[in-house]
Amino acid sequence: MILPERIKPALLPLAALLIFEIWMRLADVQSDSLAPPSAIALALAGALTDGSLLAATRDTLAAAFAGLALGGAIGLVLGIALGLSHVFDRLMEVTIEAIRPIPSVALLPIALIALGFGYRMEIAIVSFACVWPVLIMTRAAVGGIEPRLIEVARVLRLSQLDRVRKIVIPAALPRIFLAFRLAAGIALIVAVTVEIAINPLGLGAGIMTAQQALRPDLMLAYLVWIGVTGFALNAALMAAQKTLFGRAAAIGDQA
Amino acid sequence: MAEPALALVQSSPSPARAQIAFDNVALMLGGKAIINTISLDVAAGEILCVVGASGCGKTTALRLAAGLYQPTGGSVRFEGEAMRAPRREIAVVFQDYGKALLPWRTAAGNISLALETIGMPSAQREARITELLAKVGLAGHAAKYPTEMSGGMQQRLQIARCLAQDPKVLLMDEPFGALDAMTRQGLQDEMLALVASTGATVVFVTHDLEEAIYLGDRVIGLLPHPGRVGLELKIDLPRPRDQLATREHPEFLRLRRALFDFIKASE
Repeated sequence: MILPERIKPALLPLAALLIFEIWMRLADVQSDSLAPPSAIALALAGALTDGSLLAATRDTLAAAFAGLALGGAIGLVLGIALGLSHVFDRLMEVTIEAIRPIPSVALLPIALIALGFGYRMEIAIVSFACVWPVLIMTRAAVGGIEPRLIEVARVLRLSQLDRVRKIVIPAALPRIFLAFRLAAGIALIVAVTVEIAINPLGLGAGIMTAQQALRPDLMLAYLVWIGVTGFALNAALMAAQKTLFGRAAAIGDQA
Repeated sequence: MAEPALALVQSSPSPARAQIAFDNVALMLGGKAIINTISLDVAAGEILCVVGASGCGKTTALRLAAGLYQPTGGSVRFEGEAMRAPRREIAVVFQDYGKALLPWRTAAGNISLALETIGMPSAQREARITELLAKVGLAGHAAKYPTEMSGGMQQRLQIARCLAQDPKVLLMDEPFGALDAMTRQGLQDEMLALVASTGATVVFVTHDLEEAIYLGDRVIGLLPHPGRVGLELKIDLPRPRDQLATREHPEFLRLRRALFDFIKASE
């Protein structure tokens, strides 16, 4: 039997799932942490139909995107400024390197006191985590712009604002978008982490509730769903990157 | 500060005639003398070619004329005024057209960049862009991106972008150096025709000695380490120049020999 090429990569995971299912049933495993794939699928379908999973997804994505927008904007502006000005870059170097290594989740206690439970605290933590990848990659993208383009801007006598608007940002845009794509992944991870740790909303809270209710099937269904959400988010952003910057990305690769 | 200014005026031989004047220009970069010293006048409408062994500061001299560098000694003046920054009247054509064009803008968009900067209203831009593209032989390529064009076409586009600012002076840094021989000859003739029609002054840096003689009214040979003028040749060849007849002219051959000897001795 000849299998289409596209199916081949799926064979191994499918076989693993099947073996796991058979083993769970034959051995009659009773567990608070494991459930047979069929039970997980049923729990997933149930949570999808009663709307609880979609509501949790909406909450998590809202916090993640709001944090990404806020942190990304801060990172973008700072990254452009640092990439353009060596003086500013040197001035900020110690400050940035001192703050950047702080794990965003370590800010939870402070954020909780300052902002309480809810979206605001979660958004603050997510945005802190998103500032850095965008800042560092934007700084590198702006600093790495073809020097000849800057000279062209000078001999054409572009104003400082036009230089940034018409040369710097378009030239750095493919890499800035890449930074946002990576930051989006981080935003989702951090949002779910905050929810698991403390914040009573979204997918992370859902997974914790299922665990405490001794529902391993539902807990794992949430886990699978978080994976699907992350995958879909990245795929959507990849597709957007390809349509928006197909040409520019190809040029960026050459350089 | 008044004294050196006075000295400069005195040492300038013909300030009225010179459009670009280098007055005892010196440039130190990182403690190293790159140029020491160059005095040079370029008349309006003149085509001045600059040659020299590598490291002689040809490109640096061009950047000084463009206002991209400031001299550490002496002065560079345009129409009697000290060059402090790039000016609209002076356009620069870079050798590496692939890097000097904006890859995310079409041919029309690249020309538009210069028009936007000189403040032309958007309603007038399109007609001007069409005119400029036609002038450099790129009519019908307005919607193409630079990467979709050949090297010769990209360099034509860069020249069109320079013409968009209506320059009095074109500073060209080995503009045809990266092109194949046939394309280069075609562009040489197109450039001469364009310059003849606009009356622009040209300072043309090249490492191709025959190109220098073929194009120039005058050829300057620079000596390296540090860069300074070592030779000046007046080119009295009839115009319009012709790729075959001019290059076979006895005077062309004499100048060619003189220039080759100079470069050989300078190395």
